[in-house]
Amino acid sequence: MTMVNEWDISELAGNPRRRARERLIGRIAFGAALVSILVSVLIVLSLVFEAVVFMIDVDWGNTWGQLGWFPRRDLFDLPTIIVATLWVTVIAMAVAGPLGLAAAVYLSEYANPRVRRILKPILEVLAGIPSVVLGYFALRFIAPNIVGNLFDGAAPANILAAGIGVGLLTIPLVASISEDALNAVPRALREASAGLGARKMATTIRVVLPAALSGLTAAFIVAVSRAIGETMVVFIAGGAADSALRSFNPLDPGMTMTAAMASVASGTDNVAGQGPTFQSLFFVGLLLFVITLFLNLVADRFVRRFRQEY
Amino acid sequence: MAAPSISTGGTASTTAEQTLQGLRRRADVKGRLFQYSLLGSLLVSLLVLVILISQVVIDGWPVLSTRLGDFLTTGLGSQPEISGIAQGLRGTFYLCLIVALVAFPLGIAAAIYLEEYAPKNHLTNFIDVNIRNLAGVPSVVYGILGLVIFVRGIEIGPVTVGIRSITGGSTPLAAGLTLSALVLPVVIITTAEALRSVPQALKEGGYGVGATKWEVIKDHMLPYAAPGILTGTLLSIARAAGEAAPLILVGTVTGFITQVPAWWDGTQVRETYTAMPIIITRWAGRPEEGFKVDGAAAAIVILIVFVVLLNSVAILLRNRFEKRREG
Repeated sequence: MTMVNEWDISELAGNPRRRARERLIGRIAFGAALVSILVSVLIVLSLVFEAVVFMIDVDWGNTWGQLGWFPRRDLFDLPTIIVATLWVTVIAMAVAGPLGLAAAVYLSEYANPRVRRILKPILEVLAGIPSVVLGYFALRFIAPNIVGNLFDGAAPANILAAGIGVGLLTIPLVASISEDALNAVPRALREASAGLGARKMATTIRVVLPAALSGLTAAFIVAVSRAIGETMVVFIAGGAADSALRSFNPLDPGMTMTAAMASVASGTDNVAGQGPTFQSLFFVGLLLFVITLFLNLVADRFVRRFRQEY
Repeated sequence: MAAPSISTGGTASTTAEQTLQGLRRRADVKGRLFQYSLLGSLLVSLLVLVILISQVVIDGWPVLSTRLGDFLTTGLGSQPEISGIAQGLRGTFYLCLIVALVAFPLGIAAAIYLEEYAPKNHLTNFIDVNIRNLAGVPSVVYGILGLVIFVRGIEIGPVTVGIRSITGGSTPLAAGLTLSALVLPVVIITTAEALRSVPQALKEGGYGVGATKWEVIKDHMLPYAAPGILTGTLLSIARAAGEAAPLILVGTVTGFITQVPAWWDGTQVRETYTAMPIIITRWAGRPEEGFKVDGAAAAIVILIVFVVLLNSVAILLRNRFEKRREG
């Protein structure tokens, strides 16, 4: 009775059709993942060509010390749109930084689960409000009722109101990344602090916040990047339709880099599709892309650091 | 026994009393103030929401209360009293549909690759970093991508990069693809997170009975991760519906469209079109009160209802999902 099992090793490999299907699905999934790289390549491609044409063709004397940003008269005063962008960013962060961080601290350190379930959706709903709506709100409510009441001589539509609008839009972003950072701080640190007799407030300020510092920094940088890239609020509420006078006062109307892009695109130059007016769109877009990419890479560094620490 | 028995009487007792007094918890006024100011900051966001919503409802009320039906079903016009948003609703619906058809399958497949198939190498790491950076690219820059690649095409030497021949220029198809590129990273990131939350034991159970990788993914992981994936996709649709900046760049028009095409007419994906956020933007910039205030606000109310509805479903789904996990 020497029944030898005559197994061939190939039989263990299973049904060849099943294996072929496995391979095919693996390849499809890989292809889908590569699409994200394709998107990045195409973004860079579509920015660079026309931006280079702009940089060659433009009279660089017209990009500095001019009356303002008048792309249809070949005046591309860069300080006009860069300073407006900086103002919007600073104002937005002055709003979103403290409010977002405080909300995150409350949710992570103070709120019990039941309260958290009620309060957290407020931020989530706010995060879901489209930016055109915030733009309308900044123009209709913030500019007359808040900025107009606090400051004399503010224009009916101004950069300050737009900046506050952008800030409101970024609160949920700051809050959610900060909350993640605070949650990553080990419980043991809080308990050790409490064990030494520190009160909740001292523990929060002296132990938890410093321990979460790299994550909080990341939240701040991501929010800055988002504020720089926000378009619609400034386009609607900034008060500059298709050109902007040079002014460094946030109570005046102004045009950020993003609003400058939107206004070129919404004009007839988009149809014509040539000339420096149209190409300024790509130059400003490239500038914006480089700035936000840099900020995002830096933020990523910080996020990685807090992931590693704990 | 109230206090520890250190009290012996005389002067010693007073010192002991004082020591105890010191140990007793004083009312933590500063701490309380700190806590309330934190809560107050959080409630500022609620206040903003309340003011914002009441402002647009009040502004839009003349339209919403008198001619809501007409407003939804008639097209754009030159007079605010008779203008509607039919083309905008239709355009936004088509854009969301295209995003669902393009970005969801691509994003979910990419996430499956990254979580289950990808080897640990430089390419995978690069794809990963790349996706996170794409998520941070401003939406207006995606508009440039759409303008160059989907709407116009770009000539690099003898080769034309772009798919104008397919999209037909400034059409819902071109805009839908642009928005798909915009939400793709978000779909990938949320799907990957949902897949990562699937318990290892569930996967091993599948492999243990001889299932292949795809069978484990299809029958074990995707059903478990479905609510999480659905949450991410709903949020992406809401985002796509509310985005205006990329649409301005890819040439979504308002004001030149007079006819209202039938909803089911699919050939319209290659015609001129408009969308809700664009109508709002343009109306908000018009001089006539009827457009600038009443019309824009009424359109905002409709858009918010749609977006908030999607968001709430997503939040509810996620909350139920989290509870199931805990239980």
